Amino acid sequence: MSAANGDPGFDPKSVSYLDSIDVVQVERGPEPGGARGAYRAFGETLRGLKTTMSRLIEGPLTIQYPEEKTPVYPRFRGRHKLHKFEDTGLEKCVGCSLCAAACPADCIRVVAAENIPGERVSAGERFAAVYEINLSRCIFCGYCEIACPFDAITMGHDYEMADYDRDDLIFTKEMLLAEPIERTPLKAEGE
Amino acid sequence: MLPIADTMVVEATWIMIVKSIVIFAVIFGILPILTVVERKLIGRFQHRYGPNRVGPFGLLQPLADVGKLISKEGFRPGAAIPALFILGPLLPVVSGVLALAIIPWGNVKDGVGFYGIDVPIGVLYFFAVGSIAFYGLVLGGWSSGSKYSLLGAMRSAAQLISYEVSMGLALLGVIMMTGSLSLVDAVNAQGDVWFIVPQFVGFLIFMLAGFAETNRTPFDMPEADAELVQGFMTEYGGMRFGSFLLVEYMEILVVSGIAAAMFLGGWMGPGPGWLDPIWMLVKMLALVLVFIWVRATLPRLRYDQLMTLGWKVLLPLATLNILVTAVLVVVL
Repeated sequence: MSAANGDPGFDPKSVSYLDSIDVVQVERGPEPGGARGAYRAFGETLRGLKTTMSRLIEGPLTIQYPEEKTPVYPRFRGRHKLHKFEDTGLEKCVGCSLCAAACPADCIRVVAAENIPGERVSAGERFAAVYEINLSRCIFCGYCEIACPFDAITMGHDYEMADYDRDDLIFTKEMLLAEPIERTPLKAEGE
Repeated sequence: MLPIADTMVVEATWIMIVKSIVIFAVIFGILPILTVVERKLIGRFQHRYGPNRVGPFGLLQPLADVGKLISKEGFRPGAAIPALFILGPLLPVVSGVLALAIIPWGNVKDGVGFYGIDVPIGVLYFFAVGSIAFYGLVLGGWSSGSKYSLLGAMRSAAQLISYEVSMGLALLGVIMMTGSLSLVDAVNAQGDVWFIVPQFVGFLIFMLAGFAETNRTPFDMPEADAELVQGFMTEYGGMRFGSFLLVEYMEILVVSGIAAAMFLGGWMGPGPGWLDPIWMLVKMLALVLVFIWVRATLPRLRYDQLMTLGWKVLLPLATLNILVTAVLVVVL
């Protein structure tokens, strides 16, 4: 197959099995050496200089990260959020542990407890007494969000979760329920 | 008639001392700014910002760099030859500072020339002094006791041989049109038209050879950070390494200054007489921008390509340029 590139007298059509293969026509500049080669080197150099100058005029594309942040898409899977009903203020989570079952990284721990009529926590019969996500294990696949029958857990947009201590990466129910600080810009429509 | 300038300008010693200090201060004030400007511009050429964290717009970056380099250990490898190893970075600095002296900043006014010194041998002085820088490179590379350094040093020697001839021949056209070796005379001869117009080929050859002379891309074979890990600078650290870098920028300024004086009309420009040094500086910095632009664009040439370009293209072209110039100077 090496002949397909190097041999100048090679005609791809003469080989029957190559008929079905797309033959890519390569446009070649003048060969190096001689006057045409010098012209080519000079011309290509000028073209390169033009290209870099146009880069200079276009300006930098850098996003200066800590000050500026990359906008994320609406479906970006960042840190999880737990939700409450807006009208009653009750937690949506009923402690069914389906999220924990769906989790491939096994990073969610749910301990359910019965609701006491006087002091209801969730809208259902039971509620999550303990709801922990170990973010140092989480792979942000979003299966918990899909598994949840009550849309109680969703993936947020926050991706700045670095911490100094592994223990701090275990997010409790209170942390997941808390209104997150909106640190991540959302991509504009059509961006 | 021998093209040796007879300058006949005698100045008081204190004037010369003041001039030296002013030129030294201005150039060494520009050098650090140049390093940060180059990094920022190359960043822009690549859709980046470049350094912008230290100080406003990153302008204090060179201070931070120098602070870092000075505080480093002056390490010397065991296989190195101590005296030559230390001499290595010193020679280029000396050569660069010496070469600064002949860059003309303005005409002779009231018996004071706006230049370090107007030597009668002019550009020959530039070549003589410029070649000393390569001694520093070769000595530094050889005395480091490292194969990468030695390879880099050998490359710089080969590069010097290949390019210095063409560089000299490129300037010969201008010298013939001026009838003098002095840079001041060369600038004064460009009152009507800058020599870049009649000597355009010479200008191109000079700039190309200038890239090689200053070890800049596309001719940074002696450094070649990808293959030779900085070549002759491999074993150097701290401020010794820093002075090699400093010299690179100083050489760029010197080559730009010679090119500006020989081809771009030197201090010639509209405006009153006191603007002359400013015009010279503007032209020099414009040429420095070309150096940076080329560095951001072209990849490093292969070793044999570099030799081919030097001996097979530039040398015949420069000779042809001289031939045509000589005929035209005699005929016209």
